[in-house]
Amino acid sequence: MSEDTGSPTPIPEETSPEEQPPNFLERATGARSGVLQAILVPTLAILSALIIGAFIIALTDLEALSLFREDALGALGQMAGGVWVAYRSLFLGAFGSIYAISETLFAATPLILAGLAVALGFRAGLFNIGVTGQMLIGGMAAIFVGLNVQLPAVLHIPLALVAAIIGGAIWAGIAGVLKARTGAHEVITTIMLNFIALFFVEYLLKTPLFQEPGRNNPQSEILPESAQFPFLFGADYRVSIGLLIALAAVFFVYWLLFRSSLGFEFRAVGFNPTAGQYAGMKVASLYVLVMAISGSLAGLAGANQAMGLAPYQVTQAFAGTIGFDAIALALLGRSHPFGVLWAGLLFGALKAGGRQMQAAAQIPLELVIVVQALIIVFIASPELVRAIYRVKAREEEPTQLTRGWGG
Amino acid sequence: MTETTLTQTQVTTKATPEERRARIVGIILIVLAAFVFWVFGLGVMGDLNATFRLTLPTDRFPNIEWVVNTRTLAYIVAGVLAFLGGMLLIRSNAKRTNIALAIGLVLFAFAFLAWAAAGKSFSLVGMLRSTVILSVPVTLGALTGIMCERVAIINIGIEGQLLASAFVATILGSAYGVWAGVIGALITGALLGAFLAWMSIRFRVDQIIAGVVINIFALGLTSFLATRVLAEAQDLNAAPQFGAITIPFLADIPLLGAMFFNHNWFVYGMFLLVTILHLGFFYTRWGLRSRSVGEHPRAADTVGINVYATRYRNVILGGLIAGLGGAFLTLTQVSRFEENMTAGIGFIGLAAMIFGRWMPFGALAAGLVFGFARALQQKLGILATPIPSEFLLMTPYLVTIIVVAGLVGKARAPAADGQPYVKE
Amino acid sequence: MSLELKGITKRFPGVLANDNVNISVETGEIVALLGENGAGKTTLMNILYGLYTPDEGEVFVNGEPLQLSSPADSIAAGIGMVHQHFMLVPVFTVTENVILGMEPANSIGWLDQKTGSQIVEDISGRYNLEVDPDAFIEDLPVGVQQRVEIIKVLSREARYVIFDEPTSVLTPQEVEEFFRIVKGLREDGKGIIFISHKLDEALEIADRIVIIRDGKIVEEVIPEQTTKEECAFFMVGRDVELVVQKEEADVKDKVLVVNDLVALDDRDHRAVNGVSFEVQAGEIVGIAGVQGNGQTELIETIMGLRDPISGSVFMGDRDVTNASPREMHRLGVAHIPEDRQASGLVVDFTITENMILDGYYERPYSRGIQMDWPAAEQAAVRLVKEYDVRTPGTEVQVSTLSGGNQQKVIVAREFDRDVKLIVASQPTRGIDVGSIEYIHNRIVEERDKGVAVLVVSSELDEVMALSDRVLVMYRGKIAGEFDPEKDSTTEIGLAMLGGAQ
Repeated sequence: MSEDTGSPTPIPEETSPEEQPPNFLERATGARSGVLQAILVPTLAILSALIIGAFIIALTDLEALSLFREDALGALGQMAGGVWVAYRSLFLGAFGSIYAISETLFAATPLILAGLAVALGFRAGLFNIGVTGQMLIGGMAAIFVGLNVQLPAVLHIPLALVAAIIGGAIWAGIAGVLKARTGAHEVITTIMLNFIALFFVEYLLKTPLFQEPGRNNPQSEILPESAQFPFLFGADYRVSIGLLIALAAVFFVYWLLFRSSLGFEFRAVGFNPTAGQYAGMKVASLYVLVMAISGSLAGLAGANQAMGLAPYQVTQAFAGTIGFDAIALALLGRSHPFGVLWAGLLFGALKAGGRQMQAAAQIPLELVIVVQALIIVFIASPELVRAIYRVKAREEEPTQLTRGWGG
Repeated sequence: MTETTLTQTQVTTKATPEERRARIVGIILIVLAAFVFWVFGLGVMGDLNATFRLTLPTDRFPNIEWVVNTRTLAYIVAGVLAFLGGMLLIRSNAKRTNIALAIGLVLFAFAFLAWAAAGKSFSLVGMLRSTVILSVPVTLGALTGIMCERVAIINIGIEGQLLASAFVATILGSAYGVWAGVIGALITGALLGAFLAWMSIRFRVDQIIAGVVINIFALGLTSFLATRVLAEAQDLNAAPQFGAITIPFLADIPLLGAMFFNHNWFVYGMFLLVTILHLGFFYTRWGLRSRSVGEHPRAADTVGINVYATRYRNVILGGLIAGLGGAFLTLTQVSRFEENMTAGIGFIGLAAMIFGRWMPFGALAAGLVFGFARALQQKLGILATPIPSEFLLMTPYLVTIIVVAGLVGKARAPAADGQPYVKE
Repeated sequence: MSLELKGITKRFPGVLANDNVNISVETGEIVALLGENGAGKTTLMNILYGLYTPDEGEVFVNGEPLQLSSPADSIAAGIGMVHQHFMLVPVFTVTENVILGMEPANSIGWLDQKTGSQIVEDISGRYNLEVDPDAFIEDLPVGVQQRVEIIKVLSREARYVIFDEPTSVLTPQEVEEFFRIVKGLREDGKGIIFISHKLDEALEIADRIVIIRDGKIVEEVIPEQTTKEECAFFMVGRDVELVVQKEEADVKDKVLVVNDLVALDDRDHRAVNGVSFEVQAGEIVGIAGVQGNGQTELIETIMGLRDPISGSVFMGDRDVTNASPREMHRLGVAHIPEDRQASGLVVDFTITENMILDGYYERPYSRGIQMDWPAAEQAAVRLVKEYDVRTPGTEVQVSTLSGGNQQKVIVAREFDRDVKLIVASQPTRGIDVGSIEYIHNRIVEERDKGVAVLVVSSELDEVMALSDRVLVMYRGKIAGEFDPEKDSTTEIGLAMLGGAQ
C-alpha cells in the first residue's frame, strides 16, 4: 500500500467505533472474556484432542481389529477397554500420587522454559522454531562448564547456567542477525540451525572434551556432582531446582514484557514494526535482542536436560521434542508467561502420564505428540472449537501473528 | 528559490544496496580464490591427479574418464575466481554479480572435488546423476510452495505433506502395489493441503501456525503409527519400487545420458511438471487469474473471480504435487518408511522456492543446486575426506541459510502473500 | 433507462452506515454524491457493486429488481466502478489488467494476447484514453493508471459508471482532462455517479448533486441553483469555515534547511533527486504535488527513516542528515506520518500506550528500564482532554477510535514535546470535518508560537489554505515556489505536471 505500487495510498475510511473492547492486557490473559470463556475454549480444545486421541488408540489396536470380523461387539469392547486402560494410566501417571505430581512438575520444567522462549518471540512478531537447536547449544555450553571446570556447586551451577544462557543466546542470535540484516525469515533459518546444531552436537560428543572415556558412540561424560541440580524434595522425587529456575523465568518474562521499557518495544514491534520504527525504535536491534533472550531461555531448558536429570549425561537427542511442544505451549498460553506456565504444567502432565501409559498399556509415547498436535489445531482456531461446540464468541481473536517472507 | 551554501558538508554519495552486494560478493570470491589456491593447490601433497569417471561401466560407452591434475586445476580456478572478484569490486553491476557468483561457485565446487578425489577415482557421473535424483523432492516441494504462494497462501507444512504421503505410499504400496501407493500419497498430500486451506481461509488461522501444525501432526502421527503398527506388521513396510525407464539413444550420451535420460517416471514427471506449470502460470487464463488472486485479491474479486475457490483449488493441487514427492521417497528410493525420514527436505524446498523467485524453472534450478549439495555430502562421505561426516551432513542446511539470507539478492514474493482475504 | 436504489439500509457493528437511502441516476446524466469522509458514500457504492449486501432495500435497473451478490452480477447488469484505490495488479500489464476476468482464450485456456491488446486499443481510441497496452502498471504514473481503470470498466460494456473519489490523485490540469472524459461518457449515453467530498468539483461537473450525511440523504440540489456554502452546510450539518483563519506569518530564523538532497526509493529509483528548500520559524511551508513524486521519500529522509545518498539536512546549525528518528524527536521535531494506521499508531495498543510510543524510554514514563505506568496513564488522560479525543477512556484500544480521533492521538503525542519543527504528511486525510478543522487550527496555533511547519499534502486546497509558502514537487525535484495569496491554482497545477500541459 505504498508508493512502490504506484497506486495511491488508500484513504482510510472512518473506522466504525465498536463497543468498548478489552484492553491489551486483558486480551492477553483472556481475563476480559470472562473467566469462563478464557478457560472454556482451551478446555474444550484439550477435551476434543483427547477424544480424538481415544479414537486413534482404539483404531490402532491391531489385536482388537483382527478380532473384528469374528466378534464385532467383543472387539469394540476390547478397544474400549484398551482406551480405558490407556487413559487411566495417563491420568494416574500425571496426578495419581505425590510421586506422579512430582513427575508432572519434573516434566513441566523444561517445557515451561522452552514455551517462554517461543512466547517471547511471538510477542515480538517472531516465530522461533529453533528452540531445539538453542537447547542443544545452550545445554552443551553448560556441559562444557560442568565437565571442564572444578568449582563448588554454589558457583559451578550458576556458571554453567550462564554458559547455557550465552550459548542459547548466540545460537538464536544468529537467526536474529540474519533477520535484521538480510530479512531472512526466521522460520527457515531457525529450522536449518536446528539441524546444524544437531550435527554439531553429535560431532562434539565424539571429541575428548565431552565424550565419555572408553565409549565409541556420541555420549557425554557424566557430570560431576557439583554440576548436578540438587533435588527440591529429596532424592525420592525427581523435581530439582530446575523448577525454581523455570518459575523465576516466568516472572522475569512477565516483568520484561509488561513492566519494562524493553518489553514495551518488543510488543510494539510485534504488532507494528513500521510504527515502532517511526516512533524511534531500532527495530533490527530489537529483533536480535528478542531472539537472544528467547534463545537464552531455551538454553536454560537445555541446561536443565543435562544437569537436571539422571544419568547426567547426554546423547545428541537430549532436546527431544521439547522444541515443538514449546510452540503448542506458547499458543495454548496465548503467549502470556502465566498462560505458558499453566500450559507447561498441562503438557508436563501429559508427558508424565504418557510415560505411564506406555509402560502400562503399551501405547507409544508418540500418541502424546499427536494429542498435542491436535490441541494446537484446536487452540489455533478458536472458531473451530466454537463452531463444534456452539460456544458464542465474545471477541475477535487476532490470529495473524506473523508476516510473509518480506522480513 | 532558497539559496543555501555548502559549507562543511561533504557531498557523500552512498552506495546502493546492489552495489554493496556486488562488493561483498566480490570480496567473497577473492577470499575463495585465496582458499582454493592455498588449500586445494598448495595444500595438495605431491603431484596428484583426480580421475573423474564420466560413464558407468555398464553404459554404452563404458569407462570414459577425465584425468585432472589437482594442483593445476586449483591454480586455474583460483585465478578465475580472483579475476571475477576483482571485476565485481571495480565495476559493480547487479546482473554481473549473480552470474559471477554462479560461475564462481561452480568452479569452486569443481576444484573442491578435484582436491577431495586427489589420487583417487571418483564417479562424477554417479554424483551428477544423484544430483538430479536428490533434487526431485526438493523441486517438487518448491513447486508445491509455488502453487500455494502464488495465490498468497504460505505453506510451511510441505514437510508434513511429504512425510505423511511417504508413509501412506509405503503402506498402500506394500499392501496393494505401487500404483495404490501413488494414489494414496496423492490423496494424502491433497487432504493436508485442503486442511491448510480450510484453516487459513475459513478460520483465518495464521498460515505459518497452520503449516507448523501440519508438520507436528504428520510427524507425530506417522511416528506413532510406525512404532505401533509397522513394527508389528513388517510386511506393510516393504513397498515395491518403480524401476528406471531408459530412453533409447539419449541414455547413451556420455554423462548427460545418465544424468537425464535413465530415471524413473517421477524424475521425468518433475521436468514435465515444471514446464506445464510455467506455461500454465504465464500463458493461460488459469494462471492469470491465480496470480491476480495472489497479487491483489481485491482486484480479482471485483472482476468476479472467486478468490476463496481459487485458493482452495491451487493449494489442493499443490498438495497433489507434494504427494507425488512423498511417493517418490518411498516408492523409488527406499522401500522402508523411517521416522522423520524427510529430515527437513520440505523446508529446503521452501528455500528453493524463494531462491527460484517463485518461478517453476527457478525452482528447478534451485532444486538442482540443493540436490548437488546433498549429493556432494553423500559422495564425500564415501571418499573419506578429512572433514568429519557430521559437518558434511550440515551442507544442505548451511546452503539453505545462505540462500535465504539473500546472498542471491532480494526477491519479491506475491504481494498478498500470507494475508488472509476478508470479503466484507 | 434509470438505475435506482430504494430504501437501502446497511448496518455494521455499532454503526448505521446507510439509512434508508434513495438515489437514482438516468443514462446520459451525471449525478454527484457529495458527503464528507465517513458519511456512507463508499458503503453505498459497494452495495451497488455487489461487494456488500444491503440489510434492507433494493436496486432496480429500468424498473427490474437486481440480485447483486457479487461484482459479477453488477457487471452483468451493466454497472461498472472505478475505485478510489485502484483495483489494478501492479505486476501485470495494462492489457492483462483489462482482460482479467473476461480473458479472450482458446479452449484449453491459452490466452489470446493479441485480441486483448486490440480491445484495449479500441476503447483507448474511442474515448481518447491514451495508454500503452504492454506497459506494466507499476511503471505508470497515477493519472494513467486511472485511465486503465476506466478502460477496464468500459470494456465490460458498462451502462452506468461509478467514480469513487477519482480526483484525489490528479493535478488540476488532469482534473480538467478527467472532466472532459466524463462528459464524453455522458454524451455516449452512460449514466454516471460521481462520489466526492470536493464541493467545487461536484458543482462543476454534475447535473444533480445528492448530499449524504451520517448515512442519510439530506438534500438534492441543482448546481446552478445552489452555492458552495449551502452545500457545505448540508454536508456537515452546520456552518463550516471553508477557509483557515490565520494572520500574517511572523517569520524568524531558519529551522530546517534541506540542501541538494538525493534519496532512492524501495526500488532503487531516485525518488528525491536534488531537493533544496528551507523552513523558518513561524511559517508554514506546504509541499504540493501529486502523490508519487517523491514527497513520501523526502519526508522519510528528513525524519531519518531513509538514508540519503547525497545532500544534507540541517536543523539550525546541526547536521541531521544521518540522524535517526529518535534523534530528530529529541531535537524537537513532531512528525505526523502519512498513514496513521500503518506508521503512526499501533492499533492494538491502548491510547495510553500509543501516547508514549515515542517517549516511553525516558522520564517520566520510565525510570531506567522500568516503566512507570501510572505516570503514563496520567499523561494520557491529560492529553486526551487537551486534544479533544472522543473516547470512553484511555485504556481502550486505539482501533476503536474514529479516524479523526486517531489522528488527534498522534497529534497530541507529537505536539507534547518541546516542538521546534512540525512535519505533517497528509494530516487530514480521510477524517471528518470537525477533526480537520481542529487539526488545522492546532497547526496554525503552533506556527503562531514560533514553530516551523512543513506540510505535505496531495489535497491542493489544504496546502493553499494552510501554507504561507507553497512548494511544488515533481519527479523528485522542487518544480516551483508559489505564494498562495497571489498565485493561482492553475499555475501551481502546471508546476505539478512538470510545466508541461
